[in-house]
Amino acid sequence: MLKSERARGVLYQALLLAAVGGIVWYLLSNTLHNLASRGIQVGFAFLGREAGFEIAEKLIEYDSTRSYAHAFAVGLLNTLHVAFLGIVIATTLGALLGVARLSSNWLVARLAGAYVEFMRNIPLLLQLLVWYGIFTELLPGVRQAIRIGDWIFISQRGFRFAWPEAHPGWDAAFWALAAAGVLSLVWRAIVRRRQAATGEQWPLALPVCALMVGLPALAWALMGAPTTIEIPALRGFDYQGGKVISPEFTALLVGLSTYTAAFIAEVVRAGILAVDRGQGEAAMALGLSPGQRLRLITLPQALRVIIPPMTSQYLNLTKNSSLAVAIGYPDLVAIANTTMNQTGQAIEAIAMLMAVYLSISIAISLFMNWYNARVRLVER
Amino acid sequence: MFRTLAKTIALAAALAAPAVALAGPTVDAIKQRGALRCGVNTGLLGFSAPDSAGRWNGIDADFCRAVATAILGDPTKVQYVPTNAQTRFTALQSGEIDLLSRNTTWTSSRDSTLGSVFAGTLFYDGQGFMVKKSSGVTKATDLNGATVCVQPGTTTELNLNDYFRTKKMTFKPVVIAELNQIEQAFFAGRCDVYTTDISGLAATRLKAPKPDDYLILPEAISKEPLGPMIRRGDWEFLTIVKWTLFGLIEAEEYGVTSANVDKLRAESKDPPIQRLLGTTGDAGKGKGIDNDWMVKILKAVGNYGEMYARNIGPLGIQRGVNAQWREGGLMYAPPIR
Repeated sequence: MLKSERARGVLYQALLLAAVGGIVWYLLSNTLHNLASRGIQVGFAFLGREAGFEIAEKLIEYDSTRSYAHAFAVGLLNTLHVAFLGIVIATTLGALLGVARLSSNWLVARLAGAYVEFMRNIPLLLQLLVWYGIFTELLPGVRQAIRIGDWIFISQRGFRFAWPEAHPGWDAAFWALAAAGVLSLVWRAIVRRRQAATGEQWPLALPVCALMVGLPALAWALMGAPTTIEIPALRGFDYQGGKVISPEFTALLVGLSTYTAAFIAEVVRAGILAVDRGQGEAAMALGLSPGQRLRLITLPQALRVIIPPMTSQYLNLTKNSSLAVAIGYPDLVAIANTTMNQTGQAIEAIAMLMAVYLSISIAISLFMNWYNARVRLVER
Repeated sequence: MFRTLAKTIALAAALAAPAVALAGPTVDAIKQRGALRCGVNTGLLGFSAPDSAGRWNGIDADFCRAVATAILGDPTKVQYVPTNAQTRFTALQSGEIDLLSRNTTWTSSRDSTLGSVFAGTLFYDGQGFMVKKSSGVTKATDLNGATVCVQPGTTTELNLNDYFRTKKMTFKPVVIAELNQIEQAFFAGRCDVYTTDISGLAATRLKAPKPDDYLILPEAISKEPLGPMIRRGDWEFLTIVKWTLFGLIEAEEYGVTSANVDKLRAESKDPPIQRLLGTTGDAGKGKGIDNDWMVKILKAVGNYGEMYARNIGPLGIQRGVNAQWREGGLMYAPPIR
């Protein structure tokens, strides 16, 4: 048995598997035994109980009489909200910085380099605390809020601005905007196919603008053309009315975006440098402008190098959003912590947290892998 | 290949070994370790806060010293583990600390679902609100629409909700876990109101740049009996902690202080004092510790009155409900006999 190398390999792998399985079984049974001896119940029944705590920021309806499961949903939406916006802003800022660092303008390149080195090397938690301090301590109190016109009020309680009063007309306009976006993409695909087949360039910019403005306007007009705007007014302790962006959300978003942008800048720079110099020179020889060169030749090839590390940065940003606990933004981890404390079900809550983060990360990975496959260089 | 396999098995064995130490009661573990691991606050004046030399002061910290003296005979044999409101229970459940002496409110759910039990009440308190005097608020019902700073995972958070719901008022919570940070947020003006136990409000006010700018509202909206907490199922340890607390209270009732304990031990003919100090009876032996345990404790931290005067006195809080029962308060210790 031990003579054949293949048989030996199989034997060792079986032993290792048995050892790992044994350790996992031991840990599980030990945990269950300890929980039982301390009288801590196992199970997810606590999710149906009344939560009893308020959540400061929520994207859906919630009050303290709802269940823990509902509170978890609120936290999850908050995390996704900040992660999505963070990814968009970080990518934009990071791409600009990455290209700037490669600029022939000495000052621009050095400034971008300084930004990247500075932001990359300071721990994110410290940066978040600094941003939170800026937004709560440097901004004036509510009664001395900075006013821009009569519609925007900036204070340490957040950025409060006038907003149209809720009305079906605005909801219809929002959905019409989304529909217009989809139609624009469809039109762009049609135009491209026409150009590839016959060389004829149908108009693209004008119809898209018309769609994106006209369709929502049409929906707004059809549903009653509402014009009332809620203007924030100081009543009692704070301004009421309009919409507010809290300092916690702002600090988290700004902190996450600026930090991750520094990493994304380096990823983008690496991707652009990975494209052969000959490609750029050939583009110049063909008479393409620098903008066209970047857009049509360099970036499509650079994307193949950029996408895999970019996926990691997006996952990092999503997971780093859990630092919201330190500055009071009610994300999923903060709410799970409170639940854990009130109910004592630490293992179930952590298991749920891990499952959620794993799902989000896998979803992001799947999407990026699909996009990567689309832009991949297909070898013959 | 074989070397990698051998290394893997050795690593697995090393990981599995420490888990075996979970067996054995807490007192044995404390004696073996030679120190009591005590979970305390990160810095609440009057209860458990480190001073500039790193020494932990406060009534909770002194109680840890009392329990360590009872078991090990030495009040310095305490390892203080700072915990915040969210990590305190998991630290106790997991065995990282033996005793949680961290201004924790005694509630039914904490006595049953967390795998732990309370050993008594060290300090009867209530939840209150603190505001800036310049806001013009004088009573709790003026607080409709206010922004309230509160720590998560506390009974404070739940009581706040209940109170505002019953009074049909609304509020906006600012929920920050770290004590220092939430105090900073309140002083900077991020929120209008800070809510926690009234003793905590008094302690926080001392840290303010201008303490006189702040007002603690007169209402106490809940009962907050603060006491030490240990893991469920360890009867020996529970008895020791419980009777340390009762011994401290009874010592004050009979007038035994850190100054006169030696004299009273040698000369007193009073039966309760003799039993308390171990001159007669077997109070200590029944719990598995020395008979003169109260003598050592009283010499180390003093009686309950001395602990209170030293730690809570500077916060400006009167004895009130924390006075002895003969003076109209709630401190009533079962007799040591």
